[in-house]
Amino acid sequence: MERLFKVFSISFFIFLSFGLLASTSANDSTGSSSKDTAELYNPVPDVMHHISDAHDWHFFTFRKGTADEWHFSIPLPVILITEGNLDVFLSSAFHHGHETVTKGDRVYSIDEHGHISEVSDKSILNFSITKNVASMLLAVLILFLILRKVAKSYRKNNGVPKGVQAFIEPLILFVRDDVAKPNIGHNYKKYLPYLLTLFFFILINNLLGLLPGAANVTGNIALTLVLSVFTMLITNFSGNKNYWGHIFNPLGSSMGWAAKAPLYLILLPIEVLGIFIKPVALMIRLFANMTAGHIVILSLLSLILMAQSGLGTGGAFGVAPVSVAFVLFMYLIELLVAFLQAYIFTLLTSLFIGLAIVEDH
Amino acid sequence: MNPLDLVTPGIGLIFWTSIVFLLLVLILKKYAWKPILDAVDKRSKSIEDAINAADEAKSSLAQLNEERAKIKKESLADRDALLKDAAETKNQIIAEAKTKAKEETDKILNSAREVIKTEKLAAITELKNQVAVLSLEIAEKIVKDQLSSDDKQKALVDSMIKDVNLN
Repeated sequence: MERLFKVFSISFFIFLSFGLLASTSANDSTGSSSKDTAELYNPVPDVMHHISDAHDWHFFTFRKGTADEWHFSIPLPVILITEGNLDVFLSSAFHHGHETVTKGDRVYSIDEHGHISEVSDKSILNFSITKNVASMLLAVLILFLILRKVAKSYRKNNGVPKGVQAFIEPLILFVRDDVAKPNIGHNYKKYLPYLLTLFFFILINNLLGLLPGAANVTGNIALTLVLSVFTMLITNFSGNKNYWGHIFNPLGSSMGWAAKAPLYLILLPIEVLGIFIKPVALMIRLFANMTAGHIVILSLLSLILMAQSGLGTGGAFGVAPVSVAFVLFMYLIELLVAFLQAYIFTLLTSLFIGLAIVEDH
Repeated sequence: MNPLDLVTPGIGLIFWTSIVFLLLVLILKKYAWKPILDAVDKRSKSIEDAINAADEAKSSLAQLNEERAKIKKESLADRDALLKDAAETKNQIIAEAKTKAKEETDKILNSAREVIKTEKLAAITELKNQVAVLSLEIAEKIVKDQLSSDDKQKALVDSMIKDVNLN
């Protein structure tokens, strides 16, 4: 009876598309107390694993959970600084968490979430080339090669765009003419290299993140933090007298200091906070958008595994077409989002810079 | 896994991202953005120049056309004026010729009339003379004949005396 109900509810929720995700996880949490439904596949660990950073580039695992399970993954360098000692080794030395690594008096172990710790709890600074770093390096290399090719192709063919050049040039001109110029004004040329690099760096990492088995680089808060800190530094270092005047003396000469002083007790903290809130919003926007996209795609794919665990192989085959259709749809949206988020980050950066250098009128 | 891990930035990724991104900005600035933007600027400038040159050529062509039209118009007007002049001259010449011809004709006619008149007078005088000569000859013949016999002379004297008597 309960099984029948589950068949019902799952198929019902599939047809209700997006409402389904929340409902099945609710189903899951209520069902986990009963012994029967505990077998239902729980997608959360796998999804979290996919969107998190890792010390090796993992593609898939054979015979998972058995004695001879086999991982297809690329080992990456682990670089640790523990109490002044630099320890470098390949992540394969952990044998996927089955072994510890001993360097001098330091013994490292890795948990199932890929978190490295020292056995006697020494503090570790982890500078490893993780999956995200490796993916970012790969993205940067691809970006450099593409742009170098584009730059060279201007020398021949009289500068008429051709091939990849015809795809890249409109993006460059878009950033220059529709993002930098209108927001920054006549001084835009100074900021163009940063804005262009920002746009293409986010774009290529977004796009590479959509490939199966790829890392979620732009959905990592550390990367978005760095980018927004750069934007914050550039904005504030370019800030002119007006900009700082608006922050520390927002009311200007409209009233005397005696009247302004009490108001400034409230206004100044808000204005100063604003310096930091802008980049924080940038940081969270990119991180949340990219991570959410990955979670939605992975969740929709997980439905197949959930159907398999709940309904058997037949159920999985029944759900798969619907699930794949939705994933395809999401992929198209994510493709748009990849461009959109790169655009928004660049647009807001140039907007902030423009506000910081605008002349008094 | 603790969900907070997701929003906790790792020092490693911060470090690598900062280095990689900074280097990327510097490298791309030198090897990509500068050459690309320069080439694009150069191209747009050459396009602008070409458009300006085309505009200039177009305007000068229009000017040429205008001039040509003007010249054409002027030459048409000239031709019309010439034709008009020619027509006038022609009429004038014809009129002059006509008057001259008439004058000439009149002159010829007048002189002809004069000649005719003179000739006529001469002829009349000649005729008068001839008639006088003839009359004299006739009178002579008649007189000769009257006076050829005594009878006749006597008769004549008689008639004459008769006439005198009648008086």
